[in-house]
Formats: sequence, C-alpha cells, structure tokens
Amino acid sequence: MSDIYLDNNATTKVDRAVVDAMIPYFLEQYGNPSSIHKFADGVARGLKQARQQVQALIGCEHDSEIIFTSCGTESNTTAILSAIKCQPNRKEIITTMVEHPAILGVCDQLEKDGYTIHRLPVDKCGRLNLESYKRMLSENVALVTVMWANNETGTIFPVIEMAELANAAGVMFHTDAVQAVGKIPMMLADTKIDMLSISGHKLHAPKGIGVLYLRRGTRYRALLRGGHQERGRRAGTENTASIVGLGKACELALQHIEYENTKVKAMRDRLERGIVDEIPHSFVTGDLNNRLPNTTDIAFEYIEGESILMLLNKAGIAASSGSACTSGSLEPSHVMRAMDIPYTAAHGTIRFSFSRYNTMHEVDEVLKVMPDIVATLRKLSPYWDAQTNTPVANPEQAFAPTYS
Amino acid sequence: MWDYSDKVKEHFFNPKNAGAVVEANATGEVGSISCGDALRLTLKVDPETEIILESGFQTFGCGSAIASSSVLTEIIKGMTLDEALKVTNQDIADHLEGLPPEKMHCSVMGREALQAAIANYRGEEWRDDHEEGALVCKCFAIDAVMIEEMVWANKLRTVEDVTNFTKAGGGCAACHEDIEAILEKVLAEKGEKFDPSICSKPEDKQKPAAPEKIAAVKTPLTNLQRIKKIEEVLESLRPALMADGGDVELVEVIGNTAYVNMTGACNGCQMAAMTIAGIQQRLMEVMGEFIKVVPASEMSKLVNIA
Repeated sequence: MSDIYLDNNATTKVDRAVVDAMIPYFLEQYGNPSSIHKFADGVARGLKQARQQVQALIGCEHDSEIIFTSCGTESNTTAILSAIKCQPNRKEIITTMVEHPAILGVCDQLEKDGYTIHRLPVDKCGRLNLESYKRMLSENVALVTVMWANNETGTIFPVIEMAELANAAGVMFHTDAVQAVGKIPMMLADTKIDMLSISGHKLHAPKGIGVLYLRRGTRYRALLRGGHQERGRRAGTENTASIVGLGKACELALQHIEYENTKVKAMRDRLERGIVDEIPHSFVTGDLNNRLPNTTDIAFEYIEGESILMLLNKAGIAASSGSACTSGSLEPSHVMRAMDIPYTAAHGTIRFSFSRYNTMHEVDEVLKVMPDIVATLRKLSPYWDAQTNTPVANPEQAFAPTYS
Repeated sequence: MWDYSDKVKEHFFNPKNAGAVVEANATGEVGSISCGDALRLTLKVDPETEIILESGFQTFGCGSAIASSSVLTEIIKGMTLDEALKVTNQDIADHLEGLPPEKMHCSVMGREALQAAIANYRGEEWRDDHEEGALVCKCFAIDAVMIEEMVWANKLRTVEDVTNFTKAGGGCAACHEDIEAILEKVLAEKGEKFDPSICSKPEDKQKPAAPEKIAAVKTPLTNLQRIKKIEEVLESLRPALMADGGDVELVEVIGNTAYVNMTGACNGCQMAAMTIAGIQQRLMEVMGEFIKVVPASEMSKLVNIA
C-alpha cells in the first residue's frame, strides 16, 4: 500500500501542471521583471496572467486588487498593521478565539502595545454569536478580522454577512481565507470584504507565495517599503516563478471546485461515518452542517493524539492532531478549548483533510486500520477498562492523578 | 514529527508491562499539565525484602510518555524501594537514548509516578515538588515557571542574569524575547521596571543581582572564610541545578581555585562547562575576588593560578 496523505489543511502537493508552468521562469525567463531586456520581457505578461487567474478564482472586480506576498502569514500581518496605521484613533480590533496563530499572534502583540482585542467566543459546535458581534462594532474599531473557514474543524464563518455589518458600522473587514479559497466558491466583488488572505501552498501551489486581496479604495499602508513592485504596496523583487505557479494553481482550483464539493466531500463523509460508526467513544467536532468539504476533525476519547499519529504513520497514513504534544505546547489546541471539548477528548483529536488527489480506496484503507489503532492505545489508557473494553466508570473520579 | 530515538519507538510500538499489576500493593498516579499526559504506575512489592517484583503502567499520553512509562517499569523491576527512589528522570531519558527537550517532562512524570507509588506503599503522602511551565529555552529545556522562580528568588534583572542562573537563553538565544517578557512580568509584580539597558558585566557595580542573604565581602578572606562563602554560594545555586536533576559538590579549595564535582545529570552534560562558568561568575560577584572554578577531575594536574 502506498502512503496516504490526509493532511491537506497543513499543506498540499504541488500540482504537476503548476510545476511545469513554473520551470521556464527559473531557466529562461529569469530576468527581473523590472529590467528592460529579453530575459524579462515575458515575465510581466506571466505576472499579469497570474493576477487574472487569482482574480477569476475569488471573483474580485479588478486584477490590480491582487497583491502578491510571501505567504498567508505575511498577508494577515500586513492587513492588520495596515488597518491600525491608517486609523490611528481607532484602538480596538475584533477577531475570534479560534483564529489561526498568524492572526492571534499579531493581536496579542498589539494588546501589549495598548490595543483592545475583542476575541469572539464560539459555542460547542464552533459557531459565533452574531448578536454579540454586532454590539462590539463601533467607531473605535479599526478592523474586524475573522477567518472564512477554520483550519482544524473546517467550520465556516458567515464572513459575508459579518462584512456587511462591519461596513454598515464603518469598520474595515479582513478575512483569513487560506483554507476556504478553492473550496468555497466566492465572488468578492459582491461582498463588503475589504481584505482577504490567500496562501499558495494550501491549494497545490508551492510554499512561499501568498496573496493579499485589497479592495480598490480601501485605505492601505504598505508593510514592506522601498520598491515600486505591486504598485508600491509590497516592495521586494517578485517571486516570479511562484506567482506564475499560484496563478496556474488558482486556475486548476476553479476547475475543480465542484469536484471538491462532490467527490472530495463524499470521501470525507465516508471516512467520517465509517469511523464514528465503527469506533465507540469517538465524535466529530465543529459545525457538522456548515463545514469545508474536505475536512473532518474526530475526537477519540481517552487516548492521546500524538500516539494515534505515530501508529497511523507506521501504517503509512498522514494526518494531524490538536493534541498539545504534537506542537510542544502546554495546552491542547485553542480551537478545541474554545469549543469546550473535554481535555480527555481534546488531546485525542485527529484531523483528516482531503484533496482532489485522494481516492475512495484510500478511505477504505484508513477505515481498516483505525479501529485497531484506537483499541491498542485504549488498552494502555488508565481511563479505559481493558476487561470490559469500555471506559472505566466515572473516568474523571476513577483516575484522578496529582497534576504538577 | 519529533526526532525520537529508536529506543523510544521500540518502547512505544512494543510497550513492556502495559496494564495494571494484579494484586498490586503500591500505586502512583501523576499527571503533567504539559501535554495533558497522565500515568498510573502499579507495583507488587515483596514485603520482606522491599524488592519490586512486578511493575505495570497505564498511560494517557504521547509517544514519549508511553515509552518513558514502559522503560521505567523495566528499569525498576528487581530493585529495592530504596534503590528505586534513586532513579532520576535523566536515568529514564538515558535508557531511552535521549528525549527531545520538549519531551523531557515525560521522564519527569515517570520519576514522579515512581516516587508516588513508593510513598503510597509506605503509607506516606507524596507531594509534588515542582510546577511545570511552558518551555522557554529549547536548547536547555528550561520552562517559564523555573525562570520566574529564579527571577523572584535571586532578584535577577537582565537576560544575562537569567542565563547565568538557569542556563536559559545561553544557547541559540532565540528565546531572549520570551525571557525579557518574564522579567517584565515578574519585575512589574515586584513594583519594579525591567530595564533592558542594564548590563550585567562583573565590573558593573550597579548590578543588583546579589542575593541578600549572601552579603558581598570586602576585606580579604582567610581560606576558611573563603571555603564557607563558596559553600554558601553553591548552596544558593543548588536548587537550579537540582531542578535539572544535577548537583554540585565542593571537593577542595586551593588558593583561589575551587575544585568541584558536577554530579547527577550535570555529570557528562555538555552544558557542564557552561554551568561551571556560571558558578565561577556568581562566586566572583559575591566574594569580590577572583575565583577559578575547575572540575575536580583536573585536580591531579594541580592547576593553581595563584
């Protein structure tokens, strides 16, 4: 059995067609796009085409609204810092408790600098309360930044509606859409979203390339200065090959968006149902009715995620976990904590994330090994009764270690 | 994925002594907030000889927690309780051919479960002696709680102070921002302000890091005074070393050269040289005279600067 890759929310394989589109920009058209000679004369056209390919995928009005950056994190940081720089009198930011660290880290830092950060909580299914959001909007808020879809659970937030509300209150709106672009059809021209972040490597383009969409007319202050590139909005010589690659990847993503929402979704659903039906004390986290088509995050109670991943890896299956151990941090994932998932389950969450390269056969292979992996680890668990093959009665009381 | 040794993988994929021991007469249950791991260790102890006849583990935890538990049950089998009490977390890590710094606490959890089980057998109450915080220094596996405690106890003011007392920040230096944040926080709690412009060079007389209880000495010392003073200073540094599973003992003082033995985890640790440099720095600050600290193994060469 060849290895099975189900960690596509972490990163994806670069599509062969993307690689092919990039190669001439390393070997032939390697000139600096700013130069006036034949090594560069095709490059500007390549960049222009890539811009249009990205534009088509996200449905924005102008291709000049696309700013190429080095990654999703740069796009996020640029968006937040730009918003506060433009509006020095506004000292508040609204975000959520379940954002990606690329957002939360910047907000934490701004909090130290005196900004007030409102972090919207989520319910047990990972959903936001729009009423409390509305109450937070005011003329003191510089920016709302809310992810389009959550990277761990796939839960989709109502960003289009939230952007309308922000716009009505005169507040700028940014969304981190790195997980959503290519999976959710979008038409940004019809929304009030001011800024949006894309990461190339989440949609079969290479790592090290991203996009900040900036609606025409949105006030903006560049983060990187000292060059005319990207119309002065992001200085630094263009990563031409990767930009061209990202353009191609966006074109392919647009072609496959229906496939993602039918075939890929069918694989995800089959895996999810198979696991939850077969394995007792396992459950799916997030908003089951409103999720990315490729993502499922399943909690296996009474065992720990890293152990599961190591056994999966031995079986040739790649996934990821919200357990603390996998990241070397102290707590299980902040997303699981925000949803109030109990610790004994939060530490045992496994995220399977699909792409168009996966097959139904692979799903069946995972379903074959998963019950044994869980059973093996539960045999070792102090919360599990090996004799009856059930959790011990009152697990929290039966095993109450001294915590240091 | 972590870079686990083959030994860790071996114990994880084929754990030894999994499950509870039947008719166990000693049980230790501990958990580590880091990783959310928890371990129950059960032992069957011969009441006559106090020899551990059987040991078993049940662990909720990651790969290295399961491997640490498994190897621990192997290490202690056949030991007397007194022998078992001497097993350190470093012993567990060594048997596993090392653990990543982020995972050292898994070995600490093993040692604590063992101590708790023995206390349980003897009818004593086991009390945990340390609290664990977020890992700050990845080079030397120093966590935030440890740094905070040392900043409090020793009135540390600068990143350099913290490095001298805990080793944290003495390697790749990437954690200096985090150490500054801890200094800022603790000093604010004490009603002081962290000033990054203070430097801790020995000649800087402004440096306020000397602990109160050990007053700086001004007049020249007799050899007896010097030895006493050195002992005092070593005593004040001991908690930091012991937290790492190590210790230091003074072997001999000849002139202004102090010969020391680094023991426990310090013994053979790559950082021993740096620790010795830290001790020397500290001694000079407190005693106000030049002191050279040398490993006792060098004594045969009788290096004496004086």
